[in-house]
Order: sequence, then C-alpha cells, then structure tokens
Amino acid sequence: MTNLSVTAPEGAAMQISQTDVAVDVIDMHKWYGDFHVLRDINLKVMRGERIVIAGPSGSGKSTLIRCINRLEEHQEGHIFVNGTELTADLKRIDEVRREVGMVFQHFNLFPHLTILQNLTLAPIWVRGIPKAEAEAAAMHYLERVKIPEQANKFPGQLSGGQQQRVAIARSLCMQPKIMLFDEPTSALDPEMVKEVLDVMISLAEEGMTMLCVTHEMGFARQVANRVIFMDQGQIIEQNEPEAFFSNPQHERTKLFLSQILH
Amino acid sequence: MAVLDHTTGSAPRPSLLNDPVFRGILYQVLVAAAVIAFFGWIILNTAQNLAAQNKTTGFDFLFRTAGFDISFTLFPWSRSSFYWQAFLAGLLNTLLVAVIGIFFATILGFTLGIARLSSNWLIARVATVYIETIRNIPLLLQLFFWYFAVLKAMPAVRQSFELPLDIFINQRGLMVPRPMPDHEFIWVVVAIVVSIILAIGIGIWATRERTATGRYPRYVINASKVADAAVSLLIGLLAFTLLGHIVTAIGANPALVWIGAVVVAALSLTRFAPIGRAILGFVFTWVILSTLLSAMFSTWSTLAIGIGSVIAGAVVAWIVQERAADRPPSEARFPTALLILIVIGIPAFIYWSTGAELAFEVPVLERFNFKGGFQLPPEFVALVFGLSIYTAAFIAENVRGGIRAVSKGQTEAAQSLGLKEGDRLRLVIVPQAMRVIVPPLTSQYLNLTKNSSLGAAIGYPELVNVFTGTTLNQTGKAIEVIAMTMAVYLTFSLLTSAFMNWYNSRVALVER
Amino acid sequence: MDNVYIRQDLVDARPAPGRTGGPIDWARHNLFSTPSNSLLTVLGALLLMWIIPPIYNFLFGHAVMPGGTVEQCRAEGAGACWAYIAARFNFFIYGFYPMTEYWRPNIVFAMLALLIIPLLIPSAPFKRTNALLFFVVFPVVSYYLLAGDVFGLRHVPTEQWGGLMVTLIISLVGIIGSIPLGILLALGRQSKLPIIKTLCVMFIELWRAVPLITVLFMASIMLPLFMPQGMTVDKLLRALVGVTLFSSAYLAEVVRGGLQALPRGQYEAGAALGLGYWKRTLLIVLPQALKNVIPGIVNTFIALFKDTSLVSIVGIFDLLNTVQAASSDINWASPTQAVTGYVFAAFMFWIFCFAMSRYSLWMERRLDTGHKR
Repeated sequence: MTNLSVTAPEGAAMQISQTDVAVDVIDMHKWYGDFHVLRDINLKVMRGERIVIAGPSGSGKSTLIRCINRLEEHQEGHIFVNGTELTADLKRIDEVRREVGMVFQHFNLFPHLTILQNLTLAPIWVRGIPKAEAEAAAMHYLERVKIPEQANKFPGQLSGGQQQRVAIARSLCMQPKIMLFDEPTSALDPEMVKEVLDVMISLAEEGMTMLCVTHEMGFARQVANRVIFMDQGQIIEQNEPEAFFSNPQHERTKLFLSQILH
Repeated sequence: MAVLDHTTGSAPRPSLLNDPVFRGILYQVLVAAAVIAFFGWIILNTAQNLAAQNKTTGFDFLFRTAGFDISFTLFPWSRSSFYWQAFLAGLLNTLLVAVIGIFFATILGFTLGIARLSSNWLIARVATVYIETIRNIPLLLQLFFWYFAVLKAMPAVRQSFELPLDIFINQRGLMVPRPMPDHEFIWVVVAIVVSIILAIGIGIWATRERTATGRYPRYVINASKVADAAVSLLIGLLAFTLLGHIVTAIGANPALVWIGAVVVAALSLTRFAPIGRAILGFVFTWVILSTLLSAMFSTWSTLAIGIGSVIAGAVVAWIVQERAADRPPSEARFPTALLILIVIGIPAFIYWSTGAELAFEVPVLERFNFKGGFQLPPEFVALVFGLSIYTAAFIAENVRGGIRAVSKGQTEAAQSLGLKEGDRLRLVIVPQAMRVIVPPLTSQYLNLTKNSSLGAAIGYPELVNVFTGTTLNQTGKAIEVIAMTMAVYLTFSLLTSAFMNWYNSRVALVER
Repeated sequence: MDNVYIRQDLVDARPAPGRTGGPIDWARHNLFSTPSNSLLTVLGALLLMWIIPPIYNFLFGHAVMPGGTVEQCRAEGAGACWAYIAARFNFFIYGFYPMTEYWRPNIVFAMLALLIIPLLIPSAPFKRTNALLFFVVFPVVSYYLLAGDVFGLRHVPTEQWGGLMVTLIISLVGIIGSIPLGILLALGRQSKLPIIKTLCVMFIELWRAVPLITVLFMASIMLPLFMPQGMTVDKLLRALVGVTLFSSAYLAEVVRGGLQALPRGQYEAGAALGLGYWKRTLLIVLPQALKNVIPGIVNTFIALFKDTSLVSIVGIFDLLNTVQAASSDINWASPTQAVTGYVFAAFMFWIFCFAMSRYSLWMERRLDTGHKR
C-alpha cells in the first residue's frame, strides 16, 4: 500500500491513510482541443464528505466530475479515486467505475430495458451477482427511492422525476463508495425536483460520499460539507456552506450568488 | 369535409348539401363511379382490341410447352418444359440472386457503415467516397459496366485467368469446382446442422446460467479450457502451414509447423495465453500482408514487402497481446472456443468415422472449353456484383444512422456502471441500434429483390426476363403475364411490410 | 483539514501540452491515435496506392484527350478514349435530333436553368410567379419548341429525341406530373372517407410494390391495349405515363410524411377560422407540409433521375442508351471504348445526383434550424 503524499505541514502527524481519502485531484489540467477547460484543479474529498460544486454554465464543473470516472480524460496532473490513479489503463478505469456511481442530467436510462433490468444489468454482468439476488437488491433500492411498483415498466413510461430516481437506484445497485451527480435536477419540471432532492438528502444522511454539480442552493445549505465555486475552468472559492453563502470572498463568487439568489 | 359525429343530435338539420355526412357520401359515390367508369372503359377497349387481334384471354397458356431455352436454371429445363415451369425458373433465379446479393450487401454495408463512423479519418473518408459515388450512379449503368465492360471484356476461354482454389474466370463467366459429395456425406451435413444447433443451445444455456448464478457452469469452463487449447492448436497449424509458403525453412520441415502449433496450444493453457495469441496474430498478419502486397504491387521489392509485413505483424502482435491481457479470466468468459470446437469437431469426426468423402470436380481447360466444374454465367456474377455493391451503399447509410441514433449518454451510462466494451455493445448499444436499423434494412432487402429485375437488361434469366420478356412475346398474353409478375412483387412487398409491422410492434419502445 | 480556499490569481489559459496544431499533430490525432488506428491507416493507404494510380492513368495519364485519333485509342496501354466522347458528344446530349435544330433544345436547357435556380433558392423573390412559369408554362412551351409543327418550326418526332435531353425530359415531366398527383393521393390517404382512402392506399401500395421495369413494360405493352381502337400512343408518352404514375406513389408517401408531421393545432386553427376543407388544405396545411418535405421531394427526384435510365429497356434513347448504342460504333472501336462511355455517363448522372443530394441536405439543415425556438 502506498501512502499518498498529502499537502500537510511537514512532520505533522497528519499522515492520512489512503482509505480516508475518496478522491484526490492534484494539479489537474484538461483541454478540449485547444480550449483550456480545466485549469490547476486541486481537490481532496474525504470519505463521507458531501461536496457541492456550483458555477456559471461553461465553468467546467460538469467536466470536472466527468473526469473523476474518466468519461473525460485529463492531460496533466493526477486523479486518484479510492487510491487508484486514473491513467489510460482500461483495467484500472473499470475498477474505478465500479466503485463510482454517476447520475446524469438526462438520466440516460436504457430505454429498451425495463426498470428492473436497468437496475440488474450491471450487477449481473459486472459483479457476477446471481440474477435472483440482483433483483432482490434492485427491489430494495427501488423501495428506497419509493417506486417499487414501477419495476416492470419501461423508462419511457415514467415521469422525469421517477426516471431520475431510477437512475439513482441504478447507480446504488452497484454499491458505489462515491456518487457523482451531474446537474441531476436541471432537466426536471419544478414539481419533480423535490422528490429527487429528497432521495439525495437521505443518501447524504447515510454518509455516502457525494460530489454534486447543482444549482439547488437549498440542497447545498442543507447537506454540503463544502461548497466549491468554479469559473473559467478553475476553483475560485471553497468554503463551508454557511460562510460561502453569507460571506463570499471573491468578486466572482459575489456576482454569481447575486445572480442566482434573487 | 371532415366527418363530424354530432349530426345525430337534435340540432337543426342543415340543408342536405351542407351536411358533412351527406357530402362525404356524395364525394365517395362520385369517385367510385368515376373509377368504375374508367375501368369499364379500359376493359371495353381492351376487349375490342383483343377481339380485333383475334386474341383470347386466360391462363391455359401456362400448361403449354414453352419451346425456348433458358441459359441458367436451378432445375432441369428443356425446350419441352411448360410455361408455368418458366415462371418458376424465373422466380427461383430472382430469389437466388436476391439471397446471395442480400448476403454480400449486408456484410459490405455494415462494414462501410461502421467504417464511416471510424475515428480514423482516412478510413471514414474512403467509406464516404464509396457511398457518395455508388449511390449517385444509376444501378443499370453499374450493371452494364460490370457486365459489358468487365466480365465480357475478360479473356477468351483459352486465356482464362486462374484464381486461387481452382477458380477460373473468362468471357463465359466464373468456373468453380463442383462439389461431389458421396452417399455418406449426407451424415456430415446432418452433423453440421446438429452441431450448429447444439452450439447455439449451449451458448444460450451457458449465458442463462451465467445470468442466474453469476458464473458459467464449471464443466463448461473446464471444457472451454480444453477447447481453447484444441482450437489454438488448429489455428496454429493453419498459421504455421501458411507461413511455410513464404518461409522455406518452415515449409521444408513439417515438424516445425507442429512444434509451433503445439507451443501456441500449450501457452493457451497457461497465464501466458496472450503471448500465444500474439504469436498467431504476428504470423497471420505477416503471411496475409506479404501475400497480398506481392499480389497488389508486383514492382515492389520482395525485401521491402517482407520487412513491412513483419513490422505490421509486430504491431498486430502488440495490439492482440494488450487486448488479450485485458480479457477477464476464463471463468468469466463466454465459452467461444468450446462452441467453435463443437461446430468444427463433430462434423470432422463424423466425416472421418463414416468414411464419407467430399471430392471436388475441378474445372479443367480442354481444347475448346472447360470440362467439369460448375459454371456461373457472367450475367449472374455481374448482377450479384452490381446489386451488392449498390445496395451496400444504402445499407451503410442505414447502419450509420442507426448507430448514431443511440445517444452518447447511453454509452456514458454504461461506462459509468463499469460495463466493459464488449458487454456495453452487446447489452446496450447494439440492441438499441438494431431497432433503428432493421426496418430500413428490410426495405433495402426488398429494394434489392425488386432491383434484381434489372438483370433482364443484361440477359440474366430472372422473372422479368423469362416471363414478362420471352413468355409474353411468345404468347402475347400481356394482361395475364404482367398481372402475374406484379402479383409476385406485390407478395414480396406485403410479406416485407408484414414482417416490419411485426418487428416494430415487438421492439417498439414503450412511451407514455 | 482546511476547508476554506480563495483563489488569488486566475490561471490564464495556455495551449495544450504536446499539441502544435500543425499537420503532424492533426495526423497524430486523426490517423495514428492508437496502434490499431495506425495499422488501419497504413492498410487504407496501401489500398489507395493500389487503386488510385491505375484509375488516374486510365482517366488522365494514359487517356487520349479530345482531338486525338482512334488509332491512339487502339494503342496498347491507352487509357480512356475521351476523343470518342468528344466526337459523339452531340449524340449523347441530343440523340438523333436534327443537328440544324439544336438551338431548340438549347433554348429549353437555358429556360430550365433560368427557372429552376431561383426556384431552389429559398430567398429568391417572386416564388409564386416562378413556380407557375416552371410547372405550367415551361412544359408547354418546351413541348412545342421541341416537337415543332407550330409557328413554322420543323416537326421533330419523339423517336428522334435522345440523350441527356430525354433523360432530363423524362425526369422533369415525371416530377412535375407526380407532384399534383402525389399530393392528391396523400390527401386521399389521409382522408376520413373510407372509399377514397382505400382507393388511394391501393394505388400507392401497388406502385410502390412493383419494380419500375414492370411498370414500363406495362405502360409500353398494355397502354395501347387500354386505348380505344385506332388510337396510338407515342412511345415516349407511354414511358412518361409509367414514370409519372410510379413516382407519384413515392411522392405521395413523402407528402404524407409532411402532413403527419404538421401539428394538429394547424388543422384546428384552420377549422376555427371557418375555412372549408379545400381552403384549409390549400391555404394552411399544404404550404407548410410541402415546405417541410422539400428534402424528401428532392430525394424522390434523385431516385427518379437515376431510374430514368430504365427506359432504355423499352427502347427509348436516353443518355445511358445513347452511350450503350454508341459503344458499338466501329469507327471508334477500341478496347476502352465501352468503359469510356460508361465512365462518361456515370459522371453525368453523378454530377446531377450529387448536386441534388447536397441541395437536399442543405435544405434539411436549414429547415431543422428554422424549427428550433
């Protein structure tokens, strides 16, 4: 086991063992072609921490969390997830992805499979769990997101809110150690936002490590340990939610908050 | 004039002419009367014309002898055959060319469609140029080109081109060896069918077990390991035998071939299996590429071709090794090798144990013509070529559209769940793409079948040529003959749309 | 851990490492991104090296250019005999049309270009006048100009028409004739009146089910039978009838697509304004539906244009048939004569079809963006 170098005062007894750090992003840069989309990202997420990432559109916040399960690749710096560094090695990428759940803005449920099949697909084919067991687990998670009665319907028959809850349950079926949320409520009608946020809040209460890109500032206040504000591909400011909202420090943060909190 | 349904109420009745129901009926009666009058007029004219020409109508001509030759039939044909047999011969020839054309067009079309989406710029461009060229040139022109400019321009019989496997090509078409199975060979055919069914059954059963229990059955895994070695041995033998053709040292010493194959087979049982595969990849690439290149570029030096092929072989070996090293352990792998062994092994065993023999009658050039073998007429070859190449361009576009219709989000969702590339394609992407591809693909198959009627223009004896052409000319039964031809194509079309409706209702995505 | 962080200086964008943006960089990303890709690139390049030089040599390198002699074409290793195409060019364009009267088809070509170009440009003015001229006046004027026998013009029977001229005539008449017929059929198929609907469905499905070649056979053999005794139907006219009926069925399906894509609200709004069926259809439904299916109509036209080559089977001298006929011209007999002819015909067809398919793609994109709000 290798210990990770930690940006802590030298000699201090702050050697953090690998198991406590869920995600560690060090000096990371990313380009889309010639566009410098992520610049000098340093972010350490501890196990059980809930992080909310906010920022204007195009600030690179979605790209950042997509880098964490390597849906996008970075060109400079390092990303460690559960102690595994993300490189071009496919085996390691698959290892990481098994442990990291992701919820997308547009749900991305598989439209040709029933809800239950959506949930059991990965447990059966990735983890090799027997079908009966996988289905029992799937029903358990469907109950948690409060739609067990929809198990045999197809995604197209469900409302947006229900689909997003299924998407969360689908990720949970893989028993991930970390959950990534990429604007999970922005594609939803206003009346459905709450049902999805409720599920996310209950997940947070159970101690799940979560990174959420979202504009739901109420959610951020309620569950986040830290709020990160991004602009122009870089982390501008991070703080605890109370301080972040009541006393933003950076000019850009102030401007952003004034725009979204009327 | 939309029909409204509140006319039965107690509202005051409008004047009859303004009543939509009445108007609807009136319109329909008028149209129906016009259509009936039109047909009546046509029938009357036709009757008068036929009477003036002293012609009768009826289908009794079908049972008269045809008295003409058909150059290519699937059943014995003579001048004394009946017209209904001519109809059947044409129909069978149409179906034959359609089935073979569909087979090649599908393979070529899928390859091109995928190539057009390739991240490799050159490959994508080549596919695009092919598609944009072929589909903008009339099929008939392409058929003329293949028939008159290529196949008819082939050398005379005496100067036939010799292709590998005792195939000859000349002005009279393609001469291929004729298979001459003996009586026992029927058992081999039975064994082939049975073993294919068996292999599919085992495949489905193993997958079900894998889904239900989380792992493949133990004896399937063990059998698969043995099969892996056996198949590696077979492929190794093939690879090193081929290598013997270019490396004389190996060719001269059959023991080396066996040693190489045994090493590869032995490696497949150990954890160095990827290296065994890499060796096979290296040998195959080397052999195939150097053979191809020396055939394609006769002016190039043998040394340059040899070095180039070896380098390419090394690259392939590297790729294969990387891929193989990424494969899951054999416990978690679909038992492909076992199924291959079943499909090859059982028929081979039957062939050997029953003493069945499959001889090939090889075409041999005698003084004026070929003797023996099987002759595929140039009309047939040109039609298959033209139809496959033309239809492939359209199929490629359907395939491209189908794959692109599956959103990027689906791949991302599958990735984020940790599904490997193979599972991702098999479980998520292909099932969705096929829903989009199959309906237009079926109509391309129908188009190919309809287009095979252009074979008439280059003298291939398909339905339109034999029946609508020769038979009509000889009998003068225009109405009957054309009606029968149209009925055939109408049947094809109805069958196709019945299939499409069934398929669409089966796979339709359920929406709210 | 310290949870508070405020960035003091913004990081400026810098170019991606290892990206130079030059052609080498481009090749690295598009041709050699992975080992498999490199291998494919090499194989593709070898394939091109194998097929392109012979094609180039045939078409240009060893070709006999216009002005060359037949002896040059007969020489060993000679490529395409363009001299033969140049010598027979008029035949490929006009068929057997009398040479002294070439100015008549030329005027028709010019009118066609003048009328069709503004018709295809969406922003060009006077669309209605333009359409009226193209769809009604142009065919009539062209017919009298080409056939003659009026205003002292010499009569040229249709048997003498040929080449590209006939290809264009058949495809244009086919499309102009099939548009109104196709629209009526599409409306009929959408109708709620069962008899009309059934008749239209039967008509459309029958024509779509059978190959054009049987339709042409039918038109050329059965049409004379259907006519009253003593009435003869011109051979070209028979083909035109067949082609028009055939393509109207395909066009009807395209128009139906446009009608179905139209939001229900449009029909309802028309009804709410108190418009009757025909007014509603002509003023509200059709203009929108037709505009949306312009790409589909153009694609039908491309298919029709390619299909016109089939009329050579019933003995009409279209472009393909003139090329086919000329390839047995012994004055120009040479090993490459037939291939050269086919390449020329293929190129002519390709130019027209490719241009139209680009136009249809362009329209499609234009209409697509026009719909997004």
